[in-house]
Amino acid sequence: MSRREKTWWIVAGVAILIYCLFPIAWIVSVSLKAPSDLTNGQFLPTNSTLVNYREILTGGSKDLFLPALRNSFGICLIATAISCLLAMFAAYAIARLDFPGKKLILSTALVVAIFPVISIVTPLFNVWRQIGLYDTWPGLIIPYLSLTLPISIWTMSAFFREIPWEMEQAAQVDGATTWQAFRKVIVPLAAPGVFTTAIIAFFIAWNDFIYGISLTSTDAARPVPAALGLFSGASQFENPTGPIAAAAVIVTIPVVVLVLLFQRRIVAGLTNGAVKG
Amino acid sequence: MTQTTLPPVEKTQPKSAPHGTISDRSRAERKLGWMLAGPAFLVMLAVTAYPIAQAAYDSLFRYRLTDPDNRSFNGLSNYWVILSDNLWWTALGVTMLITVITVLVELVLGFALAMVMAKMLSSIRPVVRAAILIPYAVITVVSAFAWQFAFDIDTGFVNSWFAWIPGVSADTDWFGGQGTSLLVICLAEIWKTTPFISLLLLAGLAQVPEVLQEAAKVDGASWWQRLWKVTLPNMKAAIMVALLFRTLDAFRVFDSIFIMTNGANNTESVSFLAYRQTISRLEIGLGSAVSVLLFLCVVLLAGLFIKGFKVDLASARGEG
Repeated sequence: MSRREKTWWIVAGVAILIYCLFPIAWIVSVSLKAPSDLTNGQFLPTNSTLVNYREILTGGSKDLFLPALRNSFGICLIATAISCLLAMFAAYAIARLDFPGKKLILSTALVVAIFPVISIVTPLFNVWRQIGLYDTWPGLIIPYLSLTLPISIWTMSAFFREIPWEMEQAAQVDGATTWQAFRKVIVPLAAPGVFTTAIIAFFIAWNDFIYGISLTSTDAARPVPAALGLFSGASQFENPTGPIAAAAVIVTIPVVVLVLLFQRRIVAGLTNGAVKG
Repeated sequence: MTQTTLPPVEKTQPKSAPHGTISDRSRAERKLGWMLAGPAFLVMLAVTAYPIAQAAYDSLFRYRLTDPDNRSFNGLSNYWVILSDNLWWTALGVTMLITVITVLVELVLGFALAMVMAKMLSSIRPVVRAAILIPYAVITVVSAFAWQFAFDIDTGFVNSWFAWIPGVSADTDWFGGQGTSLLVICLAEIWKTTPFISLLLLAGLAQVPEVLQEAAKVDGASWWQRLWKVTLPNMKAAIMVALLFRTLDAFRVFDSIFIMTNGANNTESVSFLAYRQTISRLEIGLGSAVSVLLFLCVVLLAGLFIKGFKVDLASARGEG
């Protein structure tokens, strides 16, 4: 590759980096601005300050933000775990066994994946109030399955399809017991797929907003995106922009860490599930 | 020059039992299959089919949560109220506008990104790949806030940075009118979802046989000709899957609108209308009817795609 061509590709790469990171850099910058500095009309703060972070972590808004953070982690992790468990069995059956209904299950997952969330919220809002699930963790975990389960089934069955299952028999021929063959051969082969699926399902649950604002009313179950959307500052005279930006940065940190650690797997998971030749 | 595609490779799927007689073994396999996949299947039905059925039922009643005693059956009149109201048609128009603009821009931009990434030096590829996942992984609400703050008349930097563009000045209120509000909403949506499309298209690009590219090059086809006659036809399946998913996803647009305008200045989408009827106004009957109509729109769109463009999702996954 010539020198000129090389420079050109680097320029293109840098352009993509700026495209992807610019809004993130901006929200970090807003979160570091003091209230008086917010309207400076500039990208960067005049003087960086952590006052907004103090406000949401230890100050007047901590009762709004910290419970929401706990709810988000708890609800999303449980919903992810349940859907991965269910999807694991389903994906094993789809990848490994020959039975009529495979196609039905995959198409159902597809239909559920494109289902408008608001059409689920409307009836649940009423039913949850009647049976006492409104504003509780299970009241969000159950509808979150409609977000996480279909993508888990698709992604995991795409991963499982690539596992060389014959190796299980090969191990047994070599004298391993069924349990040993499963534990020593199948689990290590299947684990990356399960793990990647869990990350993607977690992203989707973490991103939810509609269920969060519609099916909760207090900090008993309200997740972070909903708390952010309804956040109006500790008092009505305060501009909530700075604290919102600080909270936005904090909830972005976990996803950025996951992306940096597992980028290769996440890309494989996202594209395997949707496009496969 | 005609479109050049390789003949599809026949997939050989191992069959466990010959057709005709059902052996005990395959019957047992069938049973095991449903035992393993059944729970997931039932849960999926329970969290979607049941609510939509309940919504369809609720939509036939005049029912306000604040006035539960006056709940009465009124047939299809909720639908009549909605369909004869400008609110619905405005919301539908806004939703379709956002969908068409974002999906078109995302496809073109996503394809450009995919082309760059496909040719990228392996040394910088991991960095770019990690960066491109970030917009996808960031919460939509966070992205909506970032874009709102950037364009906001008080806290933003856009007005002072782009004052040289005619029509933009220090006191341009982007969220003061329908057109400019929708523009910012579309920008935020495009930023967030283009990377996902580009990853799908990148996977599609990888499936275009190198042989065909080389052959076209030898035959003297220009870059442009190769793009239209070799590359695009060979990744049709990937493009269609990306298009289908994104269109249906864009049609549900809600988060960005809630954060940026809260539906002001006629920027309400269909999802937002349903939310406002049910959750804010507690009009269960009317809200359910909007939800059912939105559901029907999505079904119609999906049907159009699958029939019209002949998107075969099963074969796109090697399931055929």
